[in-house]
Amino acid sequence: MIYIIWGIVFVLGIWVISTYNGLTALRLRIQNAWRQIDVQLKRRYDLIPNLVETVKGYMQYEQDTLQKVIDARSQAMAAKGVKESAEAQTALTQSLGKVFALMENYPELKASKNVSDLQEELTTTENQIAFARQYYNDLVTQYNTKQQVFPSNMLAGLFGFKPSEFFEVAEAEKTLPRVNLSLTR
Amino acid sequence: MGVFILFFIFIGGAIDYIYLDAFTAVGPAFPVATIFALGFATFTTLTAYYGGSDIILSSLGAEKLNLQLPEHRELHNVVTEMALASGSPMPRLFVIFDPAPNAFATGTNKKNAAICVTTGLLTLMDREETQGVVAHEISHIRNEDVLLMTLVSILLGGIAILADWGQRGFYSSRSGRRLGGKNPLLFIPLLILIALSPLIARLLAMAVSRQREYLADAGAAQYTRNPRGLAQALEKIRDAGMPFHKATRGTAHLFFVNPLRRRVDDHEGKLADLLSSHPPIDRRIGLLYRMAGILRPVVQGSKVQMVQ
Repeated sequence: MIYIIWGIVFVLGIWVISTYNGLTALRLRIQNAWRQIDVQLKRRYDLIPNLVETVKGYMQYEQDTLQKVIDARSQAMAAKGVKESAEAQTALTQSLGKVFALMENYPELKASKNVSDLQEELTTTENQIAFARQYYNDLVTQYNTKQQVFPSNMLAGLFGFKPSEFFEVAEAEKTLPRVNLSLTR
Repeated sequence: MGVFILFFIFIGGAIDYIYLDAFTAVGPAFPVATIFALGFATFTTLTAYYGGSDIILSSLGAEKLNLQLPEHRELHNVVTEMALASGSPMPRLFVIFDPAPNAFATGTNKKNAAICVTTGLLTLMDREETQGVVAHEISHIRNEDVLLMTLVSILLGGIAILADWGQRGFYSSRSGRRLGGKNPLLFIPLLILIALSPLIARLLAMAVSRQREYLADAGAAQYTRNPRGLAQALEKIRDAGMPFHKATRGTAHLFFVNPLRRRVDDHEGKLADLLSSHPPIDRRIGLLYRMAGILRPVVQGSKVQMVQ
């Protein structure tokens, strides 16, 4: 009889440890994923001045659009709080998309290796931001699900795990058609 | 996979029963031949496994990326994106100078994994399609398919060894030394089964490989959120129809599409299904389009239909 009780205690102990460790590991991975997004955003800030400098000479008549990109960039960098920064990021994505669309009108721009290199860099940065957010949201889904389903929800409450926040895409960005930034070969 | 292990134990047990009198009163206490064959096969496969990915890469003539080339840099960027999307570390990257569009992943775990693509793939695919192919390979790495296929080849090798012994033993003991104590109704079917076991094992290995291909396609759709890119890539490869000559039967299961490109791969059907390491390309494309929830054109004779 005593062995059965010890056996149950042992199995319970293993379950508690593995659930707790699983939740903690997920929480750390979520934090890491959030930092990954920041790394990509920083890279975008660094690339934008380069792009504007390079294309300015060619795009004489688009100075307004370029200025909008610069403004959107500084607004995004200055933004505080999740909601405000999400809005600023959306504005930046849109203004960049406009520049890329306009660049199609300048054949000599597309021919320049410098520009196409930069464009590839920005395209991959945009994609990396999107995929880093997607991965972040995937992890948050896993984490929150684990906290709410039986039986791991009992432990989550006991050890004080809190559900994480999703990265919400702003309404404006949802309705926008996806812009393909890559040059047509 | 479980079926595979059971099959191995069964064949091993049958050999032991017939030739070494295991499981009877006079024989050894445990199935010697099974354990020995498993050990031997493990040893040979593990040597291939630890030196394996470098040997495969160099035997196929894989070279490191040259980041000065725009195509190579695009590939590097696409792989970075997919590594982010799947949350895995950046794999090593290689290209093979070959016009046949194909790709494969190798390496024992996600830390020392490598992805290799042909230059044919890079020239043929646009960014969206390359992304699908790369996501498929990353998904193989995440699912630890290289490890799984290593296990499969251990079992495959073990069964080949057992069957070999079984056949030799059959000739040397034909004088009817000892049948005593064994049921002849069990004896003859077992002999037939042992003779056929290498073939059955190969079919099982193919089945495992095909299942992992479907899984990797699904994983690619999860990472890219865009099954259409991968579907279009598969369509382009199907229409290109070029075999990849450097691949061998031993490395075929690693690739994105079957590099040997026999006719059976392009047609659906029971027999084709049994004999190939990859699912039929058309069925893979169809499943991906279904995931995307869009219609695709199907040409049947002179009619073109839109099907779900």
